[in-house]
Amino acid sequence: MGRTVLITGVSRYLGGQMAALLAEDPSFDVIGVDVVAPTHPIPGITFVRADIRNPVIAKIMGEAAVDTVVHLGVIATPKQAGGRTTMKDINVIGTMQLLSACQRTPALRHLVVKSTAAIYGSGPKDPALFTEDMEPKHRPSSGWAKDSAEVESYVRGFGRRRPDVGVTTLRFAHIVGPQMRTGHTAYFELPVVPTVLGFDPRLQFVHEADALGALRASVVTSNAGTFNIAGDGVLFLSQAVRAMGKTSVAVPAPLFPLAGRALSPQGYADFSPGAVRYLTYGRALDTSAARERLGFVPEFSTAGAFASFARSHGAVAARTEVGADG
Amino acid sequence: MADAADTPPASGAKGLSASKAARLVGNTGPRPTAAPVPPAASVPPATPVSPATPVPPATPALPDDVDGPGPDGIWSDEEISRLQETWGEFVRRRISGDYAVDDFGFDPEFTDRVLLALMRPLYRSWFRVEVTGLENVPADSGALVVANHSGVIAFDSLMTQVALHDEHPARRHLRMLGANLVFQTPFVGELARKAGHTLACHPDAERLLQAGELVGVWPEGFKGIGKPFSQRYKLQRFGRGGFVTAAMRTGAPIIPTAIVGAEETYPMIANAKTVARVMGLPYFPITPTFPWLGPLGVIPLPSKWHIHFGEPIPTDGYPEGSADDPMVVFDLTDEVREQIQQTIYRLLVARTSAFG
Repeated sequence: MGRTVLITGVSRYLGGQMAALLAEDPSFDVIGVDVVAPTHPIPGITFVRADIRNPVIAKIMGEAAVDTVVHLGVIATPKQAGGRTTMKDINVIGTMQLLSACQRTPALRHLVVKSTAAIYGSGPKDPALFTEDMEPKHRPSSGWAKDSAEVESYVRGFGRRRPDVGVTTLRFAHIVGPQMRTGHTAYFELPVVPTVLGFDPRLQFVHEADALGALRASVVTSNAGTFNIAGDGVLFLSQAVRAMGKTSVAVPAPLFPLAGRALSPQGYADFSPGAVRYLTYGRALDTSAARERLGFVPEFSTAGAFASFARSHGAVAARTEVGADG
Repeated sequence: MADAADTPPASGAKGLSASKAARLVGNTGPRPTAAPVPPAASVPPATPVSPATPVPPATPALPDDVDGPGPDGIWSDEEISRLQETWGEFVRRRISGDYAVDDFGFDPEFTDRVLLALMRPLYRSWFRVEVTGLENVPADSGALVVANHSGVIAFDSLMTQVALHDEHPARRHLRMLGANLVFQTPFVGELARKAGHTLACHPDAERLLQAGELVGVWPEGFKGIGKPFSQRYKLQRFGRGGFVTAAMRTGAPIIPTAIVGAEETYPMIANAKTVARVMGLPYFPITPTFPWLGPLGVIPLPSKWHIHFGEPIPTDGYPEGSADDPMVVFDLTDEVREQIQQTIYRLLVARTSAFG
């Protein structure tokens, strides 16, 4: 039986890749939605230019008898959205509107939502690894993490109102790879990478191919639940900086955000309060639930994913290569 | 790591040397640190491997039995050559960031070569630590070491860590559970993570015990190290018994451990509570030398120490669900506390002088 999948946010990297990936499978009819057209047309999908904040989305879903919605139309940095207000609007109001459209679509069976590990916050009271059932010890109070926490709570509400729809929420560690560019990757691309003096946080990454793999596994298996998605293992920030072949400069904690903004005058690198806490205390996820219940095993470890990003940046220092061979 | 060489190279591995790839994928999680290290582990495979290739958890790539002279106490030529080689490797990896840590951030090479090496003179020459009861510590399975806490600065936990690594035949690494103050303090938190320690909380304790690690806990916490000298060797309240619950859930035995000597390192004659509150510390010690002598006051008095690991108390014989029965947990907590207190008294009677 064919399935009709609606994907939001297809004009952005992950959405476009996800749409193309699903369209390769003839058993999926893929409808892509975004406010702007993709820069390159995605073969095999029906693109609909629409804003998920507009009720027209319900009409599209009803007419096409959409049975699966993959919600990737959430934005992590104000820079991409054109300001924090717009960002919050797109993330929270957009999700609410999409969910109300979902509720009115009788054919709907499955909803996949992209969330972030940032909803766990970061702090000294954190356990070494977060499992999905843990409450954050340091609840994020702003930005992308707070939006995602709100999105998740609305999605849970939707799950209660439509118990016949399976809901899969994926909490991604920072996505990296040759293509993906975020506020976090911009941080590592700074000429000199500032770090917090006296702290070396444990970081986790997931490769962009694995992020797509996890989304695909969610759609194909229709397994409901909340899952942490990250590459195996952790990397200290100091290791990541060295893997980039960069030099770091340790800055006392109170001056760290200032130093960060001074080093990234265009503001591409993320030095929001949540990011600063992450770069101070770090965070790591237990990904066993995704293995066991979603059947998803990442191909890249955290270190492997980051190495892939570092190579694409072309910054692997010659001395690292020489040293590794010797 | 040897079987990593059999896997075909994938596109993702281009430009990455075999040894680097193998090390990058190696950090898949905690492992028994007592695992024997095959001598071939430090020889990198000849062909490139994908960083994505699943590889069994890495054993420490360096043989960890060469950081001191052999049983004869004299460096043999072979030992020296291995030490030079491994030190070179060690330094190179620290510079390139090319080393593996487990999920908790434990860096065994850094711990062995730097942290333990720094504590060793204190352990051997300053406190002259005497260790008994090591036969009660399992060689290759999980156990919970529970000990008394004293001495203003938590030197007792560091010395216990050295004792278990240097004196136990299996050279066990102690994974300690610390207060969140540890992890929010610059440098201290970072070093604690790299030494394999983590926050005192149920999920972490159970995860480590399940992985067969030796976990250390000091249930008195700040009440223990921050108590006045007049209260020396009197065990404080044992928290809420959370450590007992963690041991019962994982079936790990509890090893009641008594440390004598640490109380005399910094005799705390008063606690400047106002200063402590201003600085956000649980206590601010006044000792005969601190803060009067400035930095010199931080030098601990050279007391003679004795650490005794007591007979393990089993936790696996209880009926299902006992870990959630407060009565059982409190009883077992009391039993552990009582056993440590009695051992302390016994060791105190046996010692002739605090500084002997």
